[in-house]
Amino acid sequence: MHDTLVEVNDLKQYFPIRTGIGKTIPLKAVDDISFTIGRGETLGLVGESGCGKTTAGRSILRLYEPTGGEVLFEGEPVTDRNITAMRKKMQMVFQDPYSSLDPRMTVEDIIGEPLDVHKLCKNRKERRERILELMETVGLNAEHATRYAHEFSGGQRQRIGIARALAVKPDFIVCDEPVSALDVSIQAQIINMFEELQEKLGVAYLFIAHDLLVVHHISKRIAVMYLGKIVELADADEINDHPIHPYTESLLSAVPIPDPDITRARQRIILEGDVPSPLHRPTGCPFRTRCRYATEQCARECPELTDRGGGHQVACWVK
Amino acid sequence: MAERLLSVQDLHTSFFTDNGEVQAVNGISFDLDPGEILGIVGESGSGKSVTAYSIMQILADTGKITGGRILFKGSDLTTWNDKQMQSFRGKNCSIIFQDPMTSLNPVFTIGNQLEEAVVLHTSRRGEAAKARVKEFLELVGINEPEKRIKQYPFELSGGMRQRVMIAMALACEPDILIADEPTTALDVTIQAQILELIQSLQKKMGMAVILVTHDLGVIADMCDNIIVMYGGRICERGTAREIFYNPKHEYTKGLLRSIPNVGNMKKKLVPISGTPINMLNLPKGCAFCPRCDAAMKICLSELPQEITINSDHKAACWVNVKNALEEVSADA
Amino acid sequence: MKQNSPLQKNPLSLQLDLSKYSAASFELATDEEKRQQDVMGESTTFFKDGMRKLLKNPLAVIAIVLILLILITIIVAPYIVPYSYEEILSVEGRRDKGAKNLAPFTYSKMEQQYIAKGGERFPHIFGTDEQCRDYFIRVVYGTRISLFIGFFASLIVLVIGILYGSISGYLGGRVDLIMMRIVDIIYSLPDMLMIILLSVVLNEVLVFPAGSFMARLGTNMVSLFIVFGLLYWVGMARLIRGQILSIKQNEYILAAQSIGAKPGRIIRKHIIPNCLSVIIISTALQIPSAIFTESFLSFVGIGVRAPMPSLGSLANSARGGLQSYPYKLVFPAVMICLIVLSLNLLGDGLRDAFDPKLKR
Repeated sequence: MHDTLVEVNDLKQYFPIRTGIGKTIPLKAVDDISFTIGRGETLGLVGESGCGKTTAGRSILRLYEPTGGEVLFEGEPVTDRNITAMRKKMQMVFQDPYSSLDPRMTVEDIIGEPLDVHKLCKNRKERRERILELMETVGLNAEHATRYAHEFSGGQRQRIGIARALAVKPDFIVCDEPVSALDVSIQAQIINMFEELQEKLGVAYLFIAHDLLVVHHISKRIAVMYLGKIVELADADEINDHPIHPYTESLLSAVPIPDPDITRARQRIILEGDVPSPLHRPTGCPFRTRCRYATEQCARECPELTDRGGGHQVACWVK
Repeated sequence: MAERLLSVQDLHTSFFTDNGEVQAVNGISFDLDPGEILGIVGESGSGKSVTAYSIMQILADTGKITGGRILFKGSDLTTWNDKQMQSFRGKNCSIIFQDPMTSLNPVFTIGNQLEEAVVLHTSRRGEAAKARVKEFLELVGINEPEKRIKQYPFELSGGMRQRVMIAMALACEPDILIADEPTTALDVTIQAQILELIQSLQKKMGMAVILVTHDLGVIADMCDNIIVMYGGRICERGTAREIFYNPKHEYTKGLLRSIPNVGNMKKKLVPISGTPINMLNLPKGCAFCPRCDAAMKICLSELPQEITINSDHKAACWVNVKNALEEVSADA
Repeated sequence: MKQNSPLQKNPLSLQLDLSKYSAASFELATDEEKRQQDVMGESTTFFKDGMRKLLKNPLAVIAIVLILLILITIIVAPYIVPYSYEEILSVEGRRDKGAKNLAPFTYSKMEQQYIAKGGERFPHIFGTDEQCRDYFIRVVYGTRISLFIGFFASLIVLVIGILYGSISGYLGGRVDLIMMRIVDIIYSLPDMLMIILLSVVLNEVLVFPAGSFMARLGTNMVSLFIVFGLLYWVGMARLIRGQILSIKQNEYILAAQSIGAKPGRIIRKHIIPNCLSVIIISTALQIPSAIFTESFLSFVGIGVRAPMPSLGSLANSARGGLQSYPYKLVFPAVMICLIVLSLNLLGDGLRDAFDPKLKR
């Protein structure tokens, strides 16, 4: 249906961790993940803290130098050489609206920075007009242009961050937990804005979040990550209604649903223990230490993502 | 009337900052019965945490209770001296915080800190205290308590630390447990563990729990009664089912419409417009009226009174009064 | 309101006196009315906010007033007082040999005769020194020199410190490691020894055109500047580096990178402005320490060259007649104290007002 915009192939992102003098071991933050995102599509990426979802977003935008694998944008590999040009097409919205805006800059300068960096405006008047247009797009008042970021509430700050990302007219935006730092009553404003911008501008999103309800609402497809690996990838409704991977299953059952009758009636699958450290990842399937179906095979070999029909991909030996 | 376990009456708490007085809590009243799980829900700046801290009297230096009474078993806590409060905290009432790392002392072992809490508030000493610590670690679901006792907070994961915090809070079997966003910093699967733990411990020990959170999902799951706060005042209170299925305050209604839920996945969310309230500059009337779609002239100028919807439900919203008026005139 | 049906149907009317409310008050409020309730606070910039806090701090205000008074005095006094700092007093062209070591506000015999004849004579506010020079104007010039040295030495420290620290902090890794070890080595050099050695060497090497300002300052002072430039920037460099390391953690740096901004732009536009408060504060605290160093060196005799006075050299020459003329030590010493104290207080005030770490 969509033509592919972003293709991620076997992306690896390891960080060397020093364990002694001259000794390092790799921290496998992202390990062999592959997916595609179509033009104007939203792919949700969920997982718990430390699962590598943020790192994945950043290495796709080459804010980190990937250890292995490749990212294709419109069929063209993203490399160090073409990265400046690529930054006009791929942008990012950050999680923390407080630390992602420079406190010493006015709103105008923050939104105008990408325009300056890529020299997209011929003169001051054009720059000013473009900034005001962007501010209107994200629902900010023109009179706010000369104010500083710290004078705004979290939701408004996030709007400024989104306007900054939109300034270069990108085709693809990585949204790294863009609503999790916001108040409940503000989240919906921002989620709706993402959806409206997509309808209007046709941008594709990689929407990273830990809140399954939010991700389900905004995404067409969802990828579930656990310890640097994608364990399940499928249509949003499909994942929600028929999760296959035991991790997805328990994740879904653990989400508190804001409806007393439903949430109290349902059977929860409480996972035992904590997420293992990515430095000491279990052999075989990363989830096996907490999985109630784990077998010997799970300890020996790491399962690959396989298609279970209708594009529902799962990496599990048992199910 | 039977004596309440805790009765907060017309509590006012302010913070005196460089920019002026911030009235964080503006005259709230509520009661807590033994064995009740009360949820206080609201967004940042609604005064929900300040309410909890006021009960414990652990406000920051700039904060001060400026009015009202907090009755614990009939005795007013605001008149208690520091020593009495110290014994109240821990023995009668304990609190667990959002971030367990900052509430545990990093230079002492888990065992040390738990034992200190036990010795401070109970008559157990030495071996008896140690045994008690082990017992409690087991109770909160920490495996290998012997090993954990010797560990330092940084050696434990977030979920573990929160369990230790809970063990510490419960070590003296308090009458009230205040949980201030106990799971906000935790992952979903760990959150489920901790909530389950609090629930089961509450059943086992029978204490009352005040759960302060912004997460409506957690509230729906855990609480018997719910208080919805906005701008330092109570908007609405009632049983969980009343609040979720029969909301009578525009803010609660808006909140429930704006969160993604099982029912509205395919639909567009209906957000609450505007920006969160500026506590330095509270509106004269209803705090929510600048953001309220149903705001009326009276909302701008007059504070809504709390009115009883039914025996399980109260709300402070002019819209209810308006509906009542219309009904009266329709009948007449 | 007395009908039964609504009472039964609707308990609300029992709780509230509904007749109190007119229908008009239940009309929907307009957006305009709602907006009036929700005003955004007045726009303040970081510096406006900081200045407001600074001016609320009484100690800082006293310090600012003191500094302003001193500055006005040293700028205006030479135009009012008809003596120069190196001028030996004379009356009607004749040298006034009696005008030696006069107490404050007294006149020599010759001057008294001159006044008796109807002549005008400007009072010696601080008296005179043992070479018959007006002491007040010497103290004024001494203050000028001391402040000048304090200010410029700090400026040198600032420029080198910022450049070095920001490069080291931003690049990080191995470059940072090597640059910081160099800093450690410089830090371990004994500074007084270096100043004395350098001034000896430079005395030989440096020759300034006679009469130029540099020549009047003397090689000692120039070497002091050079030593400041070579040695004292390390503290500033360390501070800036630490600051940058913490600023680098902020997401807005990552955001700038994701926009495609180059390192130079990131340092200029994001990092330096965010260190600015720390830079201002530490410079304000650097000036008094430079003044102290200068005074100390002049006191031990390797400071500014005579007849140019500095507060330190004035104090030094006052040492000789301490028993008979104690006020000659008091004036420059009090001046040093006032300058150093007020600058320190101002520095503390600036820190309280501007340091982001102390906010909220």
